[in-house]
Amino acid sequence: MKLTPLFVGAFSLALAASASAQTLTIATVNNGDMIRMQGLSEAFTADTGIGLNWVVLEENTLRQNVTTDIATNGGQYDVMTIGTYEAPIWARQGWLVPLDALSGDPAYDVDDLLPAIRDGLSVDGKLYAAPFYGESSFVMYRKDLMEKAGLTMPEAPTWEFIGEAARAMTDRANDINGICLRGKAGWGENMAFLTAMSNSFGARWFDEAWQPQFNTPQWKDTLDTYLALMADAGPTGASSNGFNENLTLFQQGKCGMWIDATVAASFVTNPTDSTVADQVGFALAPDNGLGKRGNWLWAWSLAIPTSSQQQDDAAKFINWATNKAYLETVAAQDGWANVPPGTRTSLYENAEYQAAAPFAKMTLDSINSANPSQPTVDPVPYVGVQFVAIPEFAGIATNVGQLFSAALAGQMSADDALAQAQDATLRDMTRAGYIK
Amino acid sequence: MARKVSTQTRIGFTIGAWVVALLLFSPILWTALTAFKTEAEAIASPPTFWPQTFTLENFSAVQERSDYVKHAINSIIVALGSTLLGLAIGIPAAWAMAFAPTKRTKDVLMWMLSTKMMPAVGVLIPIYLIFRDLRLLDTVHGLTIIMTLINLPIIIWMLYTYFKEIPVDILEAARMDGAELWNEIVHVLVPMAIPGIASTLLLNVILAWNEAFWSITLTSGRAGTLTAFISSFSSPQGLFLAKLSAASLLAIAPILLMGWFSQKQLVRGLTFGAVK
Repeated sequence: MKLTPLFVGAFSLALAASASAQTLTIATVNNGDMIRMQGLSEAFTADTGIGLNWVVLEENTLRQNVTTDIATNGGQYDVMTIGTYEAPIWARQGWLVPLDALSGDPAYDVDDLLPAIRDGLSVDGKLYAAPFYGESSFVMYRKDLMEKAGLTMPEAPTWEFIGEAARAMTDRANDINGICLRGKAGWGENMAFLTAMSNSFGARWFDEAWQPQFNTPQWKDTLDTYLALMADAGPTGASSNGFNENLTLFQQGKCGMWIDATVAASFVTNPTDSTVADQVGFALAPDNGLGKRGNWLWAWSLAIPTSSQQQDDAAKFINWATNKAYLETVAAQDGWANVPPGTRTSLYENAEYQAAAPFAKMTLDSINSANPSQPTVDPVPYVGVQFVAIPEFAGIATNVGQLFSAALAGQMSADDALAQAQDATLRDMTRAGYIK
Repeated sequence: MARKVSTQTRIGFTIGAWVVALLLFSPILWTALTAFKTEAEAIASPPTFWPQTFTLENFSAVQERSDYVKHAINSIIVALGSTLLGLAIGIPAAWAMAFAPTKRTKDVLMWMLSTKMMPAVGVLIPIYLIFRDLRLLDTVHGLTIIMTLINLPIIIWMLYTYFKEIPVDILEAARMDGAELWNEIVHVLVPMAIPGIASTLLLNVILAWNEAFWSITLTSGRAGTLTAFISSFSSPQGLFLAKLSAASLLAIAPILLMGWFSQKQLVRGLTFGAVK
């Protein structure tokens, strides 16, 4: 029996089936807001007849998969969930479709997007990804412990106050750490925090000629302050702690303060998961009086790769998932406190939202105080608050993050970590062609 | 003559074996227990061993969010398909290397093994491009092909080792009785090597079932296997530990049961030829 015609027939049928299917494949990250969107998306399918095929992945796996697909023009995905790091880099590479359909739709009201978030997702004034939710970072603290220490948290604290409060709140006998900060190595882990912190100390990753700046006094101040704070008031084994671990510590009542993503506010104030839900206060990320605060800016956003064969349908889906009506849909089903935050000005003007989310104003102020175009005190040639929006950054920062994490673990001194960070970054940037 | 073992030694070894077995089993036990806890209890510090509130809600949430049956069917097709395809290629190849070796046979075997020494991510881009051009991305047959290719060196090596234990005289006798090559392999070699072939089959089904890198990278929903299913419940925010455990338990249950029922065959095959 000849098998060739059979194979050709089967292959053709498969091709025909895939060509006629009106189904979007959406790659997204596994977190509560995205899972809620997946649950609500049946309404979109019912309205438009467009089927949705969901690929939900952990953040790092998602990043690897979508990067491989978009860089090879694979076409596996019609809608990708990307962050503010990828959006400008991929847009400049010509890998993303500009979202002109959204920008030109009066009902979508693109001007309602928070300016800082919109800027972070635009290149040359064109929007390339629509924010699904946005976040900054701020101080979450225990009001009862602060009161016990005889201190009052200002709305906009300085690093000096944070240090004083952390040391005063620390109670080793009762397993209370004055402050919990990220220590786990990674460009999105400890380096997100330390880069944002360094901005408030007047440090920067590169000068205008792309020369690394780890040999400056500003970086030394940053790292020395961080290490001393963690030694005096941080938890043991902090070099292994990321968002996750610190969230658990805070929810279990073992942290006096925690500086991390604003999205954590709903977790630490949720009485189902948090033992200290009714004792949490919020403040802006600390500064040093130099005009920049130690907070970051991030937005999980939806974008269309140019390799997608269904760009119009993909734009329809993004419109549905990121417009004002979606926020109302979520509010109607799960309450205003569960609406994806940090993307639209109108949300923060909504009295019902303000009542349901006590952290709303502080979140908005934090987002508005971040400026990805001018993230540092001195001028820099890059955009990005807690990252540098160049393709090489993830690798370089992960390497530097490992050095700083080793310093936190006591395996090397701050000076050695900075010197090695300087050498490694200089080498990588020279190889990449930034430094001639 | 059997060596005399004292009662104390026997008890000592038994306790030692149980301790090691429990240590090895403890991650699976922990996953199983966490699957029945609430999310809050799953991340509690200090952790609880036994679920304080026994709940099945994680399993229903997992099924609600993702299609377990579809992923399980994909896993079965890919694991069995790639193993059978691998055996169909591996048995003749191992026969040739065991009974008709050339000067280069050892080098070829070493070269095949060396392909397993390179991390999979090293060939990600070329494989991805080939799959894209052949329209194999997110297809079960594409995944079956890649799984066959990555496990083929192990299949050939295992079969080669088993075949080497079979006296060549028996095959020669069959040839003298007029058996052609096909009959020699199917009616003489294969029946004698059944334990080895069975353990190769079982081991490769397990390897293909548990493979994660290619299953996650080359699929986007339609052809995803159970490893992709588990991956969709992993979160850096750590808020879904109980659901992740429930998904993991559902994913490993079939292969765990298969391993349990076939352990005799597996051990027999793996120790085949170890003691002469």
